[in-house]
Amino acid sequence: MFDFFLGHYAYWFMFALMTLGLWGMIFKKNLVKKLIGMTIFQVSIIIFYIATSSKWGATVPVLDPAIGATDTSKYINPLPHTLMLTAIVVGVATIGVAFALVISIYKRYRTLDESILSEKLKKEDDTE
Amino acid sequence: MIRNEDNPIVGLVSRIVSPFIMLFALYIIFHGHYSPGGGFQGGTMLAASLLLIRLAMGSEIAQLQFKRSWGTPLGSIGVLIYFATGFTAMLMGGTFLNYEFLSLSEIASHTRSIGVLLVEIGVGLAVMGILVAIYDDLLEGDPDV
Amino acid sequence: MKVGNYIVLITFFVLMIYASLGFPNRGDANARMHQEKSLAGSINAPSYYIHYAERDDHTPNMVTVILADYRSYDTLGEETVILTAGLICFLLLRKKRTANDQK
Repeated sequence: MFDFFLGHYAYWFMFALMTLGLWGMIFKKNLVKKLIGMTIFQVSIIIFYIATSSKWGATVPVLDPAIGATDTSKYINPLPHTLMLTAIVVGVATIGVAFALVISIYKRYRTLDESILSEKLKKEDDTE
Repeated sequence: MIRNEDNPIVGLVSRIVSPFIMLFALYIIFHGHYSPGGGFQGGTMLAASLLLIRLAMGSEIAQLQFKRSWGTPLGSIGVLIYFATGFTAMLMGGTFLNYEFLSLSEIASHTRSIGVLLVEIGVGLAVMGILVAIYDDLLEGDPDV
Repeated sequence: MKVGNYIVLITFFVLMIYASLGFPNRGDANARMHQEKSLAGSINAPSYYIHYAERDDHTPNMVTVILADYRSYDTLGEETVILTAGLICFLLLRKKRTANDQK
């Protein structure tokens, strides 16, 4: 039971972080705060992937001539590291796109608040 | 609010630190075969060294170092280097992105190693160019100007 | 409305905790994803990378080899995504030329 707790409590903290990001995305009215929540969600998933790749007593996935390549339990799993490496940079680029969209919205409607924005959109629809 | 350009200490320190960050980023890219590192990390650090100057000295002075219009073409060049490496391997009789057919060295594994280095340089250039370009575009889109 | 949102959040958290009960312990080298053979009996991808990265590419760093050689199609796609993101930022935010500018 205690071993189970030690092996899983880190995941539970990551899920708490994930829920925090979802809370920001659902409850906050400002679009920039929604984006901050989305980033927290994304980073928690990246931390989760990195955490699953760990093995106790293993070293970084760079071949050490003293250890050799025959024993896989001596190196941590290199695959999640590779996937998350690209995911981080792509995440930065997509956040840039999101901010560009937010700036365009602010330029046109002069607000970032969700409720005011939907009212303005409704008014626009009625006039057309 | 204090304007950033008016603060001499921040400007001086960032001007001293920025070349060292750049040097370390190049080390990360080119030593990525033997230690943790590679194109993505090194490219991000190169972009960070350029953005440090932009933040500390103001965007106008930073144009002397890296012009606003260079970011997107540099990113395209990086992607083109990546694609050309793969396509050259295809032209020389292999499959797409099979570096073994680049015939840069006698031993097949060494050829693949050089191919990986070419690809990493392309990735680093693309990441650096695009990250700086995104920052500049966000500044240019300032809605209150 | 607010209550519904809280219910969504709490349900999400509880479902994730419930899913985590089936996970192997963190750092357990005998977990399914770290094993030598996959369920079908073939060699697991991470074990293959650890065994043969040095032989195939003469490069000790396995992450670099996976990124740029074994999964280079994937990386090419990611780079295209980054380039597209930069182009979208440029197209959305550049200063549009108006008729007054050209005079």
